[in-house]
Amino acid sequence: MTQPATDGPLLLQMSGIGKSFFGVPVLSDVDFELRAGEVHAVLGENGAGKSTLMKILSGAYRPDAGTITFQGRPVTFRHPRDAQLTGISIIYQEFNLLPERTVAQNIFLGREPRRGPIVDRAAMDAATSRLLAQVDPSGTIAPNNLVKQLSVAQQQTVEIAKALSFDSRILIMDEPTAPLSPHEVEALFAQVRLLQKKGMGIVYISHRLREVFEVAGRVTVLKDGRKVATVAVAQTEMTALVRMMVGRALEDYFPPHATQEELGDVLLAVRGGNVTGRLHDIGFEVRAGEILGIGGLAGSGRSGLAEALFGVDPFDSGTIELGGKPVHIRSPRQAVRRSVGFLTEDRKLEGLVLSLSIRNNMLLAMRGMGRLLDSRLPHPVSVRELAASVDLRATSLDQEVRFVSGGNQQKVVLSKWLATRSRVFIFDEPTRGIDVGAKAGIHDLMRSLARKGAAIIMVSSELPELLGMSDRILVMRNGSIAGELPAGAAEDEVMFMATGEKSALSA
Amino acid sequence: MIALILTQARTKLGHFGHRVLTAASTPIFIVLGVIYLLASVVISVANQGTLLSLDALDTIMSRSVGLGIVAMGQTVALVVGSIDLSVAYLISVGAVYSSAIMQNDPNRMVIGVLAVLAIGALVGLANGLVITKLRVNAFVATLGMSFILSGVLNASFQNYSGAVPDQFQTLAYGYIGPVRVPFILLAAVVLGVWILLRYTTLGHHLYAVGGNEEAARLSGIRSHRVIITAHVICSITAVLTGLYLAARIKAGAPWIGPDSHYDLESIAAVVVGGTALSGGRGGVWGTVAGVMILFVLDTSFNSLQVNEFLQNVARGLIIIGAVAAYTYREHRRRR
Repeated sequence: MTQPATDGPLLLQMSGIGKSFFGVPVLSDVDFELRAGEVHAVLGENGAGKSTLMKILSGAYRPDAGTITFQGRPVTFRHPRDAQLTGISIIYQEFNLLPERTVAQNIFLGREPRRGPIVDRAAMDAATSRLLAQVDPSGTIAPNNLVKQLSVAQQQTVEIAKALSFDSRILIMDEPTAPLSPHEVEALFAQVRLLQKKGMGIVYISHRLREVFEVAGRVTVLKDGRKVATVAVAQTEMTALVRMMVGRALEDYFPPHATQEELGDVLLAVRGGNVTGRLHDIGFEVRAGEILGIGGLAGSGRSGLAEALFGVDPFDSGTIELGGKPVHIRSPRQAVRRSVGFLTEDRKLEGLVLSLSIRNNMLLAMRGMGRLLDSRLPHPVSVRELAASVDLRATSLDQEVRFVSGGNQQKVVLSKWLATRSRVFIFDEPTRGIDVGAKAGIHDLMRSLARKGAAIIMVSSELPELLGMSDRILVMRNGSIAGELPAGAAEDEVMFMATGEKSALSA
Repeated sequence: MIALILTQARTKLGHFGHRVLTAASTPIFIVLGVIYLLASVVISVANQGTLLSLDALDTIMSRSVGLGIVAMGQTVALVVGSIDLSVAYLISVGAVYSSAIMQNDPNRMVIGVLAVLAIGALVGLANGLVITKLRVNAFVATLGMSFILSGVLNASFQNYSGAVPDQFQTLAYGYIGPVRVPFILLAAVVLGVWILLRYTTLGHHLYAVGGNEEAARLSGIRSHRVIITAHVICSITAVLTGLYLAARIKAGAPWIGPDSHYDLESIAAVVVGGTALSGGRGGVWGTVAGVMILFVLDTSFNSLQVNEFLQNVARGLIIIGAVAAYTYREHRRRR
């Protein structure tokens, strides 16, 4: 059901918005408008600038250029609180709720109704009941429920009630359906339509095209920090939107794909892998010399697959074979012993000890393995050789790793796994947060690693990287492998497979 | 304000049974009851008297007052996600300065109490400012404060100094009707902190800052003020304990706080009572149970004449076991 483009009064106008971080422009000259009673979707790939734009609107960032006009008045927000009090609320993917406190306490946090110094609980609970009655008509949530006892969908409802309590005129929802089941998505859409009827303007950020067609009246497509177009949903179709989102030439440089001769034996094979509630019936193989790309939307199970392989959140059932032999990987330690290395998405949090030197970080995993591994190392590991093999640029190997650039940090993490003689490398978002020049260096390293006989599994949400690097691509959807694509696949093929819209395209 | 609390209490009274059964602190009171009964059985079997008499209860309660008061403040510090290791020496400060100022003169009682409360508030303010503005970890900041206080005390006083007047000793030995004054003092502090944490905006903000300081800040709460206030409250309870000890032994000495390990014991009582060291969870009643568990054990071991070192082993096991049980429950619920 497509919503008609509304002609309600103009609530918000953002014009010429620009924002740079450390001299790198992430948004330039973006216009956006929102009318009362409208659901306006914002579409774009990762890194297109959607979140930055929304953080500017919600007061978390201040724009370098451009103006924001709210209900005809120019506004500037110094703090998220300013935007909230003006009537703009945002629901982040990670909810901002206190799990140990009640629903009412969360909704009125910092604005508790009171008499003197005493919180008027009766008034607070009553007000919360009134708010909940609007968004939770079946009454599944009580004001004095602890937030930690609620389901994700219910927590989202609490966030919506909180937005209502601010008398918000604008509600920004960032990928609201990502954590929800199909049934819960329907309930959410009912809530969205209800808010719409109240004359609220809703900014709906999503990757999922089908949802955009279901709830939105207009859609604005961003690409590389610029606005491509704003169109009425009724007057467009999915293929057109996908082209707008991804239709760029593959101008970045990528090293050549593996030739048939470079591919060796199957190094890693997974069959029937399940993680209850997260991954279903995962089966695939990777050969020595091959880079296997894993694509899919946020929440599709990409990172879950990487974590299962490395034993962080291991498979509950199914088999893993390494070099033809079945192995158990129930913990990261077992994975490392079986020569698997994991370059996590968040290097600073999970890959490195920031306060230690480059040298100590490089040797971290190897030392952790102790003697068991020493026997397999014919020579003591040379940190200098490691540094040279990854082309590390640093003033000294004793430098604290937090002071080197993102690209060099990634090289340190890679050295860590080279030191343990890993043969299977799992890269989760290998170039996230790494500047353009250094990206090519990481990509070259990955390819040369493969040429030396390593098997590489690369999880990436950046389509150009996924297509440019992978010899084969697995696309995940809802915790399962939705399909496989060859090296020469096109961006929209991946997107359609990831969203499950293939049928819509051919229809 | 009182009327509001009363109406709220009245509307709740209908659900009282349900509330008691589902309250977070109920399990720890069950544990307290079980320990108390077990200890009573063991003691009467061993023919060492009984725990099940008003006299025995009176003994346990009397010994609980000093730790009970400061543990209330420590609860506030832990709820906001902080900690206070300086309470032991601050207790000594309270006891020593009150007796030194009063000099056995009843006319100097008021000034003595006010001066000591002011010192407590200042120490708390200093702790809070160092933690929030200088961003020194609370553990380190209050440990440092502890050294400073110990240095100042030991430089100024070698032994018992001055004395509190007899009238002041009513605080420790007096009766109002049939009830001991110290019990009223403890009850007042417990109720005060309970109302503060449960019913006031400050209490809501203490839990919010302890649970997620960033979420609290984004909701417009001035988290630094909340943390500083928590430390002022904690320090005031420490000097109150000091005043009570001075009333009990007539004069303060520099070692009375640290000798009874009020710093570590107050933290132990709070965590045994279910308040999270990471903040944002817990409350007053759990701490009350925690304090009583520690003293029921203490009293029973004493009457059974158990070796003091063994007592400490048992106490250590209880503390670790309690916190492990909380973590286990929390973990299982999340699964």
